[in-house]
Amino acid sequence: MSAPAAALRPWGRLRWAMTDALVLTKRSLLHIPRIPELLVFATIQPVMFVLLFRYVFGGAINVQGASYVNFLMAGVFVQTVTFGAMTTGIGLSTDLSTGLVDRFRSLPMARSAVLLGRTLADLARNSLVVLIMVLVGLGVGFRPEAGVLEWLATAGMLLLLSFSFSWIGATIALFVRNPEAVQSAGFIWLFPLTFASSAFVQTASMPGWLQAFADHQPITLIINTVRGLLLDQPIGSDGPVAALSCAAILLVFAPLAVARFRNAGS
Amino acid sequence: MAERPMIAAEGLVKRFGATVALDGLDLAAERGTVLGVLGPNGAGKTTAVRILCTLLEADSGHAEVAGYDVRTQPDQVRARIGLTGQYAAVDEYLTGRENLEMIGRLSRLPARQARARALELLDRFDLGDAGGRLAKGYSGGMRRRLDLAASLVAAPPVLFLDEPTTGLDPRSRFTMWDLIAELVSGGTTILLTTQYLEEADRLADLIAVVDHGRVIASGTSSELKDRVGGERLEVAVPGADDLAAAARLLARAGDSEPLVDRDGGRVSVPFTAGTRGLAQVVREFDAAGVAIDDLSLRRPTLDDVFLALTGHAAEDTVPSDTPDHRGEEVSV
Repeated sequence: MSAPAAALRPWGRLRWAMTDALVLTKRSLLHIPRIPELLVFATIQPVMFVLLFRYVFGGAINVQGASYVNFLMAGVFVQTVTFGAMTTGIGLSTDLSTGLVDRFRSLPMARSAVLLGRTLADLARNSLVVLIMVLVGLGVGFRPEAGVLEWLATAGMLLLLSFSFSWIGATIALFVRNPEAVQSAGFIWLFPLTFASSAFVQTASMPGWLQAFADHQPITLIINTVRGLLLDQPIGSDGPVAALSCAAILLVFAPLAVARFRNAGS
Repeated sequence: MAERPMIAAEGLVKRFGATVALDGLDLAAERGTVLGVLGPNGAGKTTAVRILCTLLEADSGHAEVAGYDVRTQPDQVRARIGLTGQYAAVDEYLTGRENLEMIGRLSRLPARQARARALELLDRFDLGDAGGRLAKGYSGGMRRRLDLAASLVAAPPVLFLDEPTTGLDPRSRFTMWDLIAELVSGGTTILLTTQYLEEADRLADLIAVVDHGRVIASGTSSELKDRVGGERLEVAVPGADDLAAAARLLARAGDSEPLVDRDGGRVSVPFTAGTRGLAQVVREFDAAGVAIDDLSLRRPTLDDVFLALTGHAAEDTVPSDTPDHRGEEVSV
């Protein structure tokens, strides 16, 4: 076999790493139709939030500059994608606990491919869920005013968010390992991050100390960006800062996860 | 000069916190042979396999597989090994064929070749008809066969089988044994860990008995058996009072000192007189008026090996690990 020779050249190594990642992306994509309950649960939760906030709380929440349903949907999209990080973590920790990852690690394949394959597949899965949520939103009165460019920018923002947060989920899985624990851990960091934000209410209604956090944390910046794009409102510096935050998260967590994965021999 | 062994470990040490998993382990397997590593749970067998497969780094010591250092040349080692672990490491939500194709692609086979190899292995492992079904629906035996097939996709010259039949029913176990024997005849070098003396006996050219992270005895199966004493005659008696009488009778009938298991109400002794001798023992028990609850002639178990070698029973060995109770095992 020519594998060892190809591995010596840097570009050959990179090409193999991409091939390996794509083989594993395909594997995870095959799971989507075969474990339909995963997609169903990933969709039911945001649908419940839409119904809850649109019809139960919505009437009591005042927002400026938009109808509440128009305000709400940007928050729902971002929260849905953010929660997707937990799916990445649960999937990875399941592979770790079944011994499948041991098999991968005993093969002459790129170590990063196991993580990259999964995060890429989760990107596709997240896109599908968001697409469903757009349709659900339209069904309950969401009327975006975005043009093609704004939609493309929205998609780009959500994809970047999905990909970078998937790596946080992967990192947590590599430290915690047990799928149930990954799920519990997920609620601890995902709830404050998505609720102490501009997802469901304007931050101006929060007490000062909380507002200080909510106004500056990345999820709020991302929501404001997506909301601005969808409702054709100015987004100011929030857009670039939001994108940079995601890039920073990716730059920290991707190498961290890969390093942890390389040494995960216990 | 003799050829270097395909698998060689010298003085491997591995600690997990305060636990010493490997305490100076030495192993060697010549090309085309099967090395059986026999030991109870927690003896360090799996840790040794993980180090040799580059999944884990030893704290100290040296190991080579196919002539490559597992620490400094892991990629070269990985390109030459196959691993079948204790738990069938297959993707439940892929079909048998997809599983093998995936491993083939990750082993750097071109797509078409990976596909051909998958079909070939499915046929060879009697999974041809099941190849299009999700592995989730496979029986325990089918999963293990798929797992073994997965470790053979790249036709590696060295194979690590970590307790390949633990948790299998007897029939599936025999099938696995046949498959492994076939691989050996094809020239593959195999390291096989097992808790079953019978399995090591059947498949291994050399057996290394491991306890507390080191090799306490090694040799061919017959060399080890000589030290254990072959078959044992075991007699269960109804009352504690009968134990002494039974021990006295068996001391005369057997080949050496009988072993008294007070809690179990049993006495056993190495026994070579066969079934005819058995009838004689029954007559003697009758004449002495000692009742017998149960009487059996059994092959030596891992426990017997340990008793003979260390004077203590194999710790952590649950009763279902003895060949007599194999049928009751649950699959994992």
